[in-house]
Amino acid sequence: MTEAPLLLDAYDVAKSFGAVVALRSASLRVRAGEVHALMGANGAGKSTLVKMLTGALPPDAGVISIAGRPRRFRSPAEARAAGLVSVYQDPALVPDLTITQNLRLTGANAGVVRKWLGEFGFGGLDFSDFVRDLPLPSLRLIDLARALAAEPDILLLDEITAALPADLAERVFAVARQWRALGHSVIFISHRLAEVSALCDRATVLRDGVTVGVVSPAAGGEEQIVSLMLGTEPGRAADMVPHGHTYRNRAPGKPPALEVVALRCGAMLRDVTFRVQPGEVLGVAALEGQGQQELFDCLAGLRRPDAGTISAEGKALRLRHPADAIREGIVLVPADRLHALLHQRSVRENIALPLVRGLRHWGLLPMRAETARVDKAVRRLQIDTRAAAEVRRLSGGNQQKVVIARWVAAGFKTLLCFDPTRGIDIGTKRQIYTLIRELAAGGASILLFTSELPEIPLTCDRAIVLFGGQVVDELPAAEADEARLLRAAHGLVPRGTVSV
Amino acid sequence: MPLLLIGALAITVAIHPDFGAFDLQSLGLGALPLALAAAAQAVVVLSGGVDLSIGSLMAVANVLSARSMQHASFGESLVLAALVILGGAVAGALNGAILVLSRVPDVVVTLANGFIWGGVALLILEQPGGGAPEDFLNLATGTLFTPWLPNAFVLLVVAVVAVWLPVRSTRLGLTLYAVGSDRTAAFRSGIDVERTRFFAYVVGGMFSAIGGLALTMTTGIGSPLSGTYYTLSALAAVVIGGVSLAGGRGGMVGPVIAACVLTLIPTDLIFLNIDPNYGQVIQGTLIVLVVMGGGLALLLKRQP
Repeated sequence: MTEAPLLLDAYDVAKSFGAVVALRSASLRVRAGEVHALMGANGAGKSTLVKMLTGALPPDAGVISIAGRPRRFRSPAEARAAGLVSVYQDPALVPDLTITQNLRLTGANAGVVRKWLGEFGFGGLDFSDFVRDLPLPSLRLIDLARALAAEPDILLLDEITAALPADLAERVFAVARQWRALGHSVIFISHRLAEVSALCDRATVLRDGVTVGVVSPAAGGEEQIVSLMLGTEPGRAADMVPHGHTYRNRAPGKPPALEVVALRCGAMLRDVTFRVQPGEVLGVAALEGQGQQELFDCLAGLRRPDAGTISAEGKALRLRHPADAIREGIVLVPADRLHALLHQRSVRENIALPLVRGLRHWGLLPMRAETARVDKAVRRLQIDTRAAAEVRRLSGGNQQKVVIARWVAAGFKTLLCFDPTRGIDIGTKRQIYTLIRELAAGGASILLFTSELPEIPLTCDRAIVLFGGQVVDELPAAEADEARLLRAAHGLVPRGTVSV
Repeated sequence: MPLLLIGALAITVAIHPDFGAFDLQSLGLGALPLALAAAAQAVVVLSGGVDLSIGSLMAVANVLSARSMQHASFGESLVLAALVILGGAVAGALNGAILVLSRVPDVVVTLANGFIWGGVALLILEQPGGGAPEDFLNLATGTLFTPWLPNAFVLLVVAVVAVWLPVRSTRLGLTLYAVGSDRTAAFRSGIDVERTRFFAYVVGGMFSAIGGLALTMTTGIGSPLSGTYYTLSALAAVVIGGVSLAGGRGGMVGPVIAACVLTLIPTDLIFLNIDPNYGQVIQGTLIVLVVMGGGLALLLKRQP
């Protein structure tokens, strides 16, 4: 049996951004006439690799060959000319122009584009509409139709089914299969393992900037993919020991500290229901873009939900502004601490910030009381304040501690932590985990979203998994091993697990 | 936009029933430089940038032409005018090149260049002076067709159309709007964003130079500090004229008409015997009202 020719051969590709190594040695080989998935967890280097394939970034090392010829793309236009056309998550359409004008920009044939749109059932779209007036699914499909009209040898689909309803997703798959039948190839990027199994011939898995394997998803390949994404480093086992506490509801009669019912917001958060008891740490596990950002934004008062209710201690809440949430004792520790801090101000000022709202009169701040509370918080969190007159000079870990210290000083009931240990060294991470356990022991309730799944059994009492904007799994910490969380996060859930 | 102009004209006529051909002529002369400056600013703003060197460039074009045309014949003055316009394009190219290559924000680059051109203008002509042949001045100040259609308006339309129409109807116009609307999407669509922005500043430079020539025609002399008023007023005209400061939205007609409206305001104040210094206050209020009105309309449209 002759093998189909290699359309794309990316070999030993590396890329670093300063000190951060995004890709160490990645490779991707796509044959003609196949649908090839590219998979990897957050931070594995997937999006960096895609940017290099599509000409948005040059590689530091490695060779990318198209149809046997090594190429170096300096712009998306060059990649396009070589036969590799991409459809991004954000449609490459200019909002203030009409569809017709957008098509003119890339020299796309409007008639052919309309024909492809017909395959999706959108043939009747009015091309004189402005792009800014159209909903996201339509834009995705226009982008896809335009890509197909360019007759690419390799079509790259980046999370195309996110924010697409199921029936449209099915049509996209049908078209992808059509494209394959014509002898071309499709690179399919998705978190949804079920889709990958249904559609793709092979899958390349990236982890920590390296290609760790190429698998056939059908015939049980799913498990292989999951274990490849997890990795089997022996050191990890020690990290996986759960904290050993079991949550005991000390006030069984009282209403939950935080209760969310049927919450819906934007395109990503569809229907989420859960509750957090006082003194409990509830973990949220999810891949990128599954609705967790919207969930936390709604809880923190940054966004208004489209439907559903949020209640604290039995009282339904209307959060229109972060100040509303803070008043109810719901406070946020965001992933990017520089969003929460005043960069150029001192540690003291940052910690004291919410205390200002306690002022009754214009005029002098009650300095003595402020100092005492701030000192207490600094000591408790062991923040190294020597270095800083400005918080931006602190290390990331210490900055995060300042954020938490601020809420400790101001007092709170529920702490929302959105990926608090992202990009923080291991020592400070441990300190933050310990702190979270202590705060919970003191009666606070904590909702913790983390992109690092091993953290969940370490810090949490219970965990829910978000996928496609819904809670697909709920489990006690003792059962929350990485494999189960990862499978649920990819949408692979055994029936009958969701109870909430 | 046209409604605003008609409204402003109506108010003017109501205040001063003697408004006749002569007043229309004054309006034309007063509005011409501002309208051209507004055109320059509009092109740049549409592409997503801003140009703070317009006034200074106008001053340079003004003093350069006044000094060189002083003893020239009509034919020579036309040639010189063409050279000045070319010079404006080069100046704009300088703005664009520095901006694109150094990645310094356009506010900084154009402001710095503005200072440089301001100094150059003073070097060329220290005191107001110079002149130009009568026929050249007549291009703006005369009335070739009928007393009710001052040359100034004809010249305005010709200048804007001659420069803008070739841009608008070609791919450059489309890429200009695209880059102003969403730079990332434009880049991903394969547009050379840097080249587009560069050309936006070149076209802006040309309009600025024509504006400077208009100053020569309307005032008859060159004055090194003549441009200071125009940079920010052009920005005001652009905003009132419906061009989004974020880029990508609007056209050329709006800012030009807005320039005429802005010119009418001090005139009306004089007719009303109000202290013309209130002119700036009214200009500012007009900007706020127009922008707020636009924003309100958008908000109402979004809420179904």
